[in-house]
Amino acid sequence: MYDAMMAETIPLTGHSGDPIEAYLARPLGPGPYGGVVVIHHMPGYDEPSKEIVRKIAAHGYAAIMPNLHYRDAPGASPDDAAAASRAAGGVPDERLVGDVDAAVRYLKGLTSSNGKVGTIGYCSGGRQSFLAACSLDLDAAVDCYGAFVVGEVPENFRMAVRPIVDLTPNLSCPLLGLFGAEDQYPSPDQVKELEEALKQHGKTYDFHVYEDAGHAFFAVDRPSYRPQAANDGWQRVFSWFDRYLGA
Amino acid sequence: MCTYVTETVRMAGSGKGPDGWFPLTQASVYVDHPFHAPFEHTVNIDFAAPELGPGARVAVELTEESALALIDAIKAALAAAPPGIAAAG
Repeated sequence: MYDAMMAETIPLTGHSGDPIEAYLARPLGPGPYGGVVVIHHMPGYDEPSKEIVRKIAAHGYAAIMPNLHYRDAPGASPDDAAAASRAAGGVPDERLVGDVDAAVRYLKGLTSSNGKVGTIGYCSGGRQSFLAACSLDLDAAVDCYGAFVVGEVPENFRMAVRPIVDLTPNLSCPLLGLFGAEDQYPSPDQVKELEEALKQHGKTYDFHVYEDAGHAFFAVDRPSYRPQAANDGWQRVFSWFDRYLGA
Repeated sequence: MCTYVTETVRMAGSGKGPDGWFPLTQASVYVDHPFHAPFEHTVNIDFAAPELGPGARVAVELTEESALALIDAIKAALAAAPPGIAAAG
């Protein structure tokens, strides 16, 4: 089987026509391939996140990750850009949706595209994956331990973040949710609350809460890494994409 | 978890970054995933001058014990010096 792929940084016209950058990895065959927008975590557009993009491409999808912090610090290292973004109040929801929309359009414009695109996000990107799936016409979404989809945001939070469970009726596609039982943001109760909202609105979803795992169990470079949960999680992610984004 | 909470304070002083010394104007303090320290969460402090660009930053990622010990050390150092000797005005 021909399995060549390429990965590169590309310019992307993001929300409001802003020039940003994105990391693209795609199989080099003729396709047709489904597409996946990867939404990076708050620590930024970093090496482990780029590795996730390449992994998804190696499984036969065109994958793209917009640099959500690019405007805050063009050309800066991911850690400096993440710090600048945080100091500026974080990534506004409207801008996130615009950037993901641009990434979706880019993937659909590839000659190898099968016309189907989904999202996957980690940590703050988990919430943003849900947000994108409630705001755009997508074919699949994955939320990996996204906080503040439900739950109250404490008063002293200065970030541009609010609960978005009220958007559930607008969810445009099936949602896979992967969570850790030891996580507090989102807590198991909050995961249940989101599940109830999905049920109530008749949405297609599949949620898994892993015992012995907390937040960021997919992060291979962090002590939070839990191989069993991550391995099972990746299998579920690719089953989900094969089912809903397959050719 | 990502706490999202960021405490920001104005700073007057200097910091030494990758390009040498620069005047500090701001510090951001937050408890979140570190970029480098081998812990799940740390107290992160960015001493910065945003107007000089994102690279004008001196970053530290401390365990909770370290951060609290640092607060005590700062207070002890100031208490040992004449009051106001390090004040701006």
